[in-house]
Amino acid sequence: MTDASAEKIPVTVLTGYLGAGKTTLLNRILSEPHGRKYAVIVNEFGEIGIDNELVVGADEEVFEMNNGCVCCTVRGDLIRIIEGLMKRKGRFDAIIVETTGLADPAPVAQTFFVDEDVRASARLDAVVTIADAKWLAQRLRDAPEAKNQIAFADVIVLNKTDLVTPAELREVEARIRAINPYARLHRAQNCDVAIAEVLERRAFDLDRILDIEPEFLTVDDHDHHDHDHHGHHHHGLKHYHDEDMQSIGARLEGDVDPDKFMPWINRLTQERGPSILRCKGIVAFKGDPKRFVFQGVHMMLDGEPQRDWKPDEKRESKVVFIGRDLDEDEIRRGFLACAA
Amino acid sequence: MPEPTSSLTQHVRPLPAGAHVVGAAFLDGEPALALADGAVLIGEAGAQKRIVAHPEGAILTARSDGKRLLTGGDDGRVVSIGADGSLHEIADEKGRWIDALAMRGGAIAWAAGRRASARDEAGAIRSFEAPTTVRGLCFLPKGYRLALAHYNGVSLWFPSAAAAPSFLEWKGSHLDVAVSPDGRFVVTAMQENALHGWRLADARNMRMTGYPGKTRSFSWSHDGHWLATSGADACVVWPFRDKDGPMGKAPRECGVRASRVTEVAFHPRALVVAIGYADGLALLCRLGDGAEILVRAPGGGAISALRWDLSGARLLFGLDTGAAGLLTLPA
Repeated sequence: MTDASAEKIPVTVLTGYLGAGKTTLLNRILSEPHGRKYAVIVNEFGEIGIDNELVVGADEEVFEMNNGCVCCTVRGDLIRIIEGLMKRKGRFDAIIVETTGLADPAPVAQTFFVDEDVRASARLDAVVTIADAKWLAQRLRDAPEAKNQIAFADVIVLNKTDLVTPAELREVEARIRAINPYARLHRAQNCDVAIAEVLERRAFDLDRILDIEPEFLTVDDHDHHDHDHHGHHHHGLKHYHDEDMQSIGARLEGDVDPDKFMPWINRLTQERGPSILRCKGIVAFKGDPKRFVFQGVHMMLDGEPQRDWKPDEKRESKVVFIGRDLDEDEIRRGFLACAA
Repeated sequence: MPEPTSSLTQHVRPLPAGAHVVGAAFLDGEPALALADGAVLIGEAGAQKRIVAHPEGAILTARSDGKRLLTGGDDGRVVSIGADGSLHEIADEKGRWIDALAMRGGAIAWAAGRRASARDEAGAIRSFEAPTTVRGLCFLPKGYRLALAHYNGVSLWFPSAAAAPSFLEWKGSHLDVAVSPDGRFVVTAMQENALHGWRLADARNMRMTGYPGKTRSFSWSHDGHWLATSGADACVVWPFRDKDGPMGKAPRECGVRASRVTEVAFHPRALVVAIGYADGLALLCRLGDGAEILVRAPGGGAISALRWDLSGARLLFGLDTGAAGLLTLPA
C-alpha cells in the first residue's frame, strides 16, 4: 500500500458547522506560498476569493449503494469530479473537499472505500473539522451534524478562541474530548493553524495508524503558553460523558486469534455499523510476524497485514470505536474474547 | 491466457498525442484525437494539426458524427471542430463542467450539472433541469428525443415539447446511457458494476450483472443485435435481437484476458469487436468464433479511446498516457 499510495492524490475533507471558519481556512490554504497546487471542490461558488486555483463546484449528491447496506451512502458527484480531475494529473498536487455546514462526513469518506476508480487514483488524507469555540457547545446540544463532524474528525481546528475565556475554552475542549479523544486538536484565531497540521496528515493510511492513544492533552504546543500549567495534566481537564456519542478504546496484551477476531469485527460492524462512525485498530495475530491494521467507516472495513512487529515492540492489540449509543461492555468483552 | 497469435501490429502507425486521449474520431476521414489538455489533434503522423479547443482547460468528453468532433470541457464550453480545424463554440455554461454530450443528425445535446440542453438543426436551444446531475445523454434513433441518465433512473425528454419527460425508474446511480439502434431498449451503466435496461414498449426492467468493475464503454453491433460492454476481464456482449432482449440469456464473452476491458467498439459492417484493455493491449475479436487478432501489444498505459472509421477500414486508438495509433486493415 505504501508505494502505491505515495502516488495517489491526497484528499482532505474540510467540514465544520455553518460559520465556523471553513472558508477562512480554505482561503488561507490557497493564498499561502507553500508551492503546492490544490484542486478545490466546493459547494458554494463565489466564497473563495482566489481565482488562480482549480475550483470545482459540487452538489453534494449523496446516494445509497444498491448493496443491501443501509448506511452505505456515497457522494456520486465526488466520484464524477475526481474522475474528471484525474484526466489532468500534474495540474494539481492535492484535492480539498469542502462540505456544507450541515453535511455528514460519512458519505465522503465512504466514497473512498467504495469506488474502485476513486481508490485507484486518490486517497483520503484526513477529515478536518473546524469548530467555533464560542458556539460549539451549543451546537453539540442542538445539531446532530455538528456532533458527527467532531466524532468523525482526524484533525479539529478549534477556531475563534479569542472570543471565549480560558475557562470556556477548557470547557469546550472537554466537550470535544468526550466525543473524540483521538483527533489532533488545534486552537486557532482566524484559522491561524499551521497548514502542515491540516494537510497531508495521512490519517487514513493503514501504515500510519501508529498511535491510537487518546490525545487528551496534545493541544498545539505553541499555544501552551497561554493557559495555566494544569492544562498539561490529565487531571486539569474536566471529564464529560456525552450522552449519545462515545469513543471506546480496548487493549489486549498478547496475541489475538484471527479465527475469532475476523468474524467478531465483521459481525460487529455489520450489526452495529449504522451506529459506528469510525473504527481503527492494530492487531497482533498469533504466529504472524506482521501487524494487522484495520480501519472502517460505518459498515465498511479495510484491513491488511502491514509491517513486521519490531523485536523491541510489545505485541499488543488495540481497537478504537467512535459512535452513537455504543455498548461499551459488549465491544470490550467481544474484543477480549478474541485472545489467542 | 495466451495472447492472440495472429497480429496486425505491423499495420499500426503510431500517432503521438502527448496527453490523455479522451476521445477518438474520424472527421471526413481524417483521424482526430480529443485530449485531456484541451487540444484536438487532427491528421496522420507527421501532418498533425493541433487545435486548442479549450485553452487552459481539459476535454472531459467527446462525440463525433464523422463530420464534426464535439468536445465538452471543464471550462464549461461545448465546442464543435471540423476536419479543417475550424472551431465553433456551441455553448458556454460559465465554468460548469460539461459531463455528457450527444449528437445525431444536426442536433446536439450536452449536460452541465443537473441541466441538460439540446440544440436542434436550426440552432434553437432548449433546456431541462433533471432531479440530479445528468451523467449520460443519448439521442433516441427516431424523433427529436433524448435519454438522460441520472440518479434513480432515466428521463426521456422531447426538447421541443412542453410536456414533462417520462421517467424510467430504477434506484441507484446511472452513469452512461445507450439506446438500441431500433429504439426498443434503453441501457444504462451503473455505479454498482451492472447494466440496467428497460424495454420501452412496457418499461420492463432488465438487469445485467456480474461485472467486476464499472462499464464505461459500450458499443452496438452494426445490425443492432448485440451490445458490447467494458468492465470485465473480457468484452461482455449481450444479445438484443429477440423481443425480450437479453432477458434470460447469457452474454457472450470475447477476448478473455487477465486485464480489465476499458474500451469497446464494434466494426461498422462486420460482427467483429475492437477491444482495448487496462494494460494497453488492443485486439479484434470475431463474435462468431471468438478468433482474435492483436492490434497493440500490452504496456504503456490503458486504452482510453477506440474508434472505427465509417467504412471499417481503419481503427484509431488512444491511451491515457498520451500514446495513440492508427490501424489500417490490409486490403
